Amino acid sequence: MEGLNELAFVLGGVNHWITVFLIMAGLYIIVSRSNMIKKLVGLSIFQTSVYLLYVSPGKIIGGTAPIISDDFTVYSNPLPHVLILTAIVVGVATLALGLALVIRINEAYGSIEEDDVYSGEDWN
Amino acid sequence: MLDQLPAIIIAVPLIAAAVCALIRNETVCWLIALVVAFASFVGSATMLGQVQKYGEDISYKLGGWAPPVGIEYKVDLLAGYVLVLVSLIATAVLIYGRQSVKLEIKKNLHGWYYTMYLLCMCGLLGIVITGDAFNAFVFMEISSLSMYTLIALGKDRRAVAAAYQYLIMGTIGATMYIIGVGLLFTITGTLNMADLAMRLVPLLDTPAAISGMAFIIVGLSLKIALFPLHLWLPNAYAFAPSAVTSFLAATATKVSIYLLMRYLYTVFGFGFSIERTPIPEVIMVLSLLAIFAGSFTALFQENIKRMLAYSSVAQIGYITLGIALANATGLTGSLVHIFNHAVMKGALFMLVGGIAMQVGTVRLSDMAGAGKAMPLTMFGFVLGGFSMIGVPGTVGFVSKWYLAMGALENGWWWIVALLMLSSLLVLVYMGRVIEVAFFRERPVDAIPLKEAPKSMIVTAWVFLLACVYLGFDTSFTVGVAEQAVNVLLGGVQ
Repeated sequence: MEGLNELAFVLGGVNHWITVFLIMAGLYIIVSRSNMIKKLVGLSIFQTSVYLLYVSPGKIIGGTAPIISDDFTVYSNPLPHVLILTAIVVGVATLALGLALVIRINEAYGSIEEDDVYSGEDWN
Repeated sequence: MLDQLPAIIIAVPLIAAAVCALIRNETVCWLIALVVAFASFVGSATMLGQVQKYGEDISYKLGGWAPPVGIEYKVDLLAGYVLVLVSLIATAVLIYGRQSVKLEIKKNLHGWYYTMYLLCMCGLLGIVITGDAFNAFVFMEISSLSMYTLIALGKDRRAVAAAYQYLIMGTIGATMYIIGVGLLFTITGTLNMADLAMRLVPLLDTPAAISGMAFIIVGLSLKIALFPLHLWLPNAYAFAPSAVTSFLAATATKVSIYLLMRYLYTVFGFGFSIERTPIPEVIMVLSLLAIFAGSFTALFQENIKRMLAYSSVAQIGYITLGIALANATGLTGSLVHIFNHAVMKGALFMLVGGIAMQVGTVRLSDMAGAGKAMPLTMFGFVLGGFSMIGVPGTVGFVSKWYLAMGALENGWWWIVALLMLSSLLVLVYMGRVIEVAFFRERPVDAIPLKEAPKSMIVTAWVFLLACVYLGFDTSFTVGVAEQAVNVLLGGVQ
């Protein structure tokens, strides 16, 4: 029985495990990569984790969209989905701006490796 | 009309930004931006006046949907105070910056500059006015994305690299914030801050609430540039166009501090976040580290914009120190310093913009003898420096006085000693500039200098005179701050 409980704990929160994995994977990529495009990939994964964090608790198994009718009694909350639509737009805008900046950096420095850009420059 | 003011001051800059993007003529865009920014200022001041007069918060139901279902715009004393600050600085920097923008930004980008500027102002005002946790995130991203663009408009190629660095760190901060809000939303089912505060009361000890709080505080600290999360700040300030630096330094971090205060005091409540968690201790240590690390690093900068940027890291430490003192006097000091630092650092960055224009660089060694050729600029620098040090009769003294009194109330005299010591560091790094400008001869082969354009000098001096005026007559800053503190602490003390 002990084992079953643990299994239920792991499986029951599987959406949260995936969220945590995505957060950590995204942050790790941002910190560990020097290539600026790869960093943006990491940033996108990091932001994607938030989508799952919001959307998954909003889903109720057997729940319908919130329609007022006698036939349905279990509803899913539509708010998280709407919020995440906004967050996706924000994420796309951030990624687009980030990529635009990388293009400009490539034009100015001839490299998109952070090591080349930041270490070769006199910042004072 | 008056009832709709909260929506108007957000909607008008947003629409005006779109109009500017379509017109893209420098003069027209500048006029539009100026009129809109000034109108926002008038609107904010009117709302603050109303709140003060009737003693009642303004609550605006966006689209007619009543909170907590709909988005609520809420103006209380604290929000009104920060709204006035942001819109005032936005207007002043527009008057100040026209000449410097013409010089520092490529000609075909001027229209876009004003577009982004209006968007950024709209985002900052939105963060302050909204009473909805998710809406605050959206505004935060509006202001941040336009801010990254504004920084990248600098002619120096390092500006783009700095903007990229800021984009990565800023987005991590905003995402952390939204993760925190998501956790709170999952356990309470609401996003309205006032409603959140009510529903969180029985849930405060749950792991979800505590981790949500941690995410929000770390995320906002990144935006505030609280030491050691300040790494994006020096480069962003140093290489952005001068006008952008003045605006950014005076408003962006202040608005994030406002949001942090909202969470600590309104959402989680004084009784929880300050009394039952180690947050004040952590913020205290980080603030003191910020003050000393920031000031020490400022000592060794060749680039004076970068020097003032590190000094901003230190000054942010003073503001957060007031939060950590956790009493009414300390918090008053913190709120007063939000305004005071915006005024004095705004003025100093404006003067540096003038120096950049005339000298061509902002390197300390190139400024030798500038005191003789640009007396108004350099005497302004001296006055701003006095204010930063906290000489009595300037605003810097007022905020430090309240912080010191707040520390003494807790019996922490050693903080007062550290505050004095940190003022000495300010004296040294501001003194370096003054020494080079006044006591060194200009090399014979160097280009002759003249005073910066009138519009730049006059705006900077208006701010500097405000530094002195507000140092004597504290009825506006301290008066409003004290009332706002009463609201924040809500009868706890």
